[in-house]
Amino acid sequence: MTQPALSSAGLAAPRRGMSDLAIRNLFIIPTIVFLIVFNIFPLLYSLGYSFTDYRASMNDPVQFVGLQNYRELLADEYVWANFTLTAKYVIMSVVGQVIVGFGAALLLNRAIPAKGLLTTLLMLPMMMCMAVVGLFWQLLYNPSWGIVNFVFFTEGKVWLSDPEVALLAIAITDIWMWAPFVMLLSLAGLSAIPPSLYEAAAIDRASRWFVFRRITLPLVAPLLLIAIIFRTMEAFKTFDIAFVMASMDETELVAIKLYKMAFHEWQTGRSCALAYIVLLAVLAITNVYVKYLNRLKAR
Amino acid sequence: MAQVQSRASRWWNRAAVALALLLLLVMMIPLYWIGSTAFKARSDATTVPPTVFFKPEITPFIKLFTSRVQQRGDRDNEAYANAPWWEKQVMDGGDRFIKDEKGNIESSGYVSRFVNSIVIAVTSTFLAVALGTVTAYGFSRFHMPGEDDWLFFILSTRMLPPVVVAIPMFLMYRAVGLVDTHVGLIILYTAFNLSFSVWLMKGFIDEIPKEYEEAALVDGYTRMEAFFKIVLPQATTGIAATAVFCFITAWNEYAFALMMTNKVAQTAPPYIPSQLGSGLTDWTVIAAGSLLFLIPVALFTFFLRDHLLRGVTFGAIRR
Repeated sequence: MTQPALSSAGLAAPRRGMSDLAIRNLFIIPTIVFLIVFNIFPLLYSLGYSFTDYRASMNDPVQFVGLQNYRELLADEYVWANFTLTAKYVIMSVVGQVIVGFGAALLLNRAIPAKGLLTTLLMLPMMMCMAVVGLFWQLLYNPSWGIVNFVFFTEGKVWLSDPEVALLAIAITDIWMWAPFVMLLSLAGLSAIPPSLYEAAAIDRASRWFVFRRITLPLVAPLLLIAIIFRTMEAFKTFDIAFVMASMDETELVAIKLYKMAFHEWQTGRSCALAYIVLLAVLAITNVYVKYLNRLKAR
Repeated sequence: MAQVQSRASRWWNRAAVALALLLLLVMMIPLYWIGSTAFKARSDATTVPPTVFFKPEITPFIKLFTSRVQQRGDRDNEAYANAPWWEKQVMDGGDRFIKDEKGNIESSGYVSRFVNSIVIAVTSTFLAVALGTVTAYGFSRFHMPGEDDWLFFILSTRMLPPVVVAIPMFLMYRAVGLVDTHVGLIILYTAFNLSFSVWLMKGFIDEIPKEYEEAALVDGYTRMEAFFKIVLPQATTGIAATAVFCFITAWNEYAFALMMTNKVAQTAPPYIPSQLGSGLTDWTVIAAGSLLFLIPVALFTFFLRDHLLRGVTFGAIRR
């Protein structure tokens, strides 16, 4: 610090301390190495196992079986049932979240007393532990003393042990938790719409529906889309909430199937193959998500 | 005409506020239910119809922290007379404490799980935020070939389903003896939060004008000194917000903890649901445990309220 600054910073006089290049490498490389060691390396490891008949519970010699695991998985109608079930769950829960979340955003997008507090309270569910939420909703769903049947006047209705409605019941819990997420993003989009557009529409005596369809919806769409893509990805990966709330074939989402295959049945090789199929799907959605995030950032 | 319209829109406004309040009410019922069940007598927790108003008591919390068994046979009246009030409360419910040879009451499994949760969440948050902040600075201020690809790579590690990563990680941990250890979970949570921390911190650091550091460099600071003395103090809010987000994620994490731990390093999320299977379910104790576990997160949410949007979009959307 005693060194007088004779030259401007831009001149490449040798400076004290590390060069910018060295600092860049020192700052970035540890993170990348850490992620490669603890995320990418394990994935390569499991890619190897996905071509074998390895069972982690036994000491049998591991045999290379080529693409057999993948072939059998893709031909297995039970695995397809898991995927169909997951698709059904994703649609139920994302559609519900968009309806409730976007609806709530439309309601809140006006001058309301104590709006900040109201919004923060509504955000609470999504910050909570999914396993604890799932556990507690079991009490709420209880056919005889649960509050759900009491509030909706559906006396004695069985929710979580009925194969027909269990998945829907789980989706409702998911909607309760994550509709606030859609609301948060929608509110950000709504509040960014310039009021002058609405004033112009009012002067033209445009109908409410017209204003909604031609001004509100197109301008919120980018943020709403981000919310939908992100929630779709998360719903596809759902494990905690469904695993805690019910355990029957009708609620066995892909992630749960994967868990059981790996840690209950110990079909390690085959579960690695299924994990790769899931991984490819998730990476594809991530790619779309990041593309939209960057597009939004660029604006 | 203008007046008619404003009257109509005032009506719309009122209806909207009423609907919003109704929504809030419905959304809050489950939370109220957790909070209230934690203070109910055991017989009030599962009534038909559900009990909304009741006489609160703290027996569930006494039970939560202690090991108990159901009292068999007749109650020992002499012991009851000598027992302190909290023990009486438990005995009134038909339970008795499990005591060691010295007569001390044993603590329940919840206590150690809660401590594990704190240790693991705090350590992994510190590591993820420290690494994430310097990496974010690196990406924010210097050019790197293939920068966007590296950032995408970093984010994509966050999107991996936990179960997919857990299978090979379990095999590797088993080989090196990290299954059911604090270090094992801390590493996993750090890796999981690191990508988030990089992205969020990059957003915060991008907002700090480069001119500050450049002025410091002209004054003879080294790059390192400029980072620690100029940039870090400016980024305090961002670091705090990132840390809180990382803490909440690690605190709430369930899947890894379920698969990688079973006793020694188990955190609260897999433990709390596991109480369901053990004997006759006492929902008041489960609610007390859940409530205690949810309170830190609820408090943090209030601190975070201005940064929530940024947090859930990985720093892409500011404001």
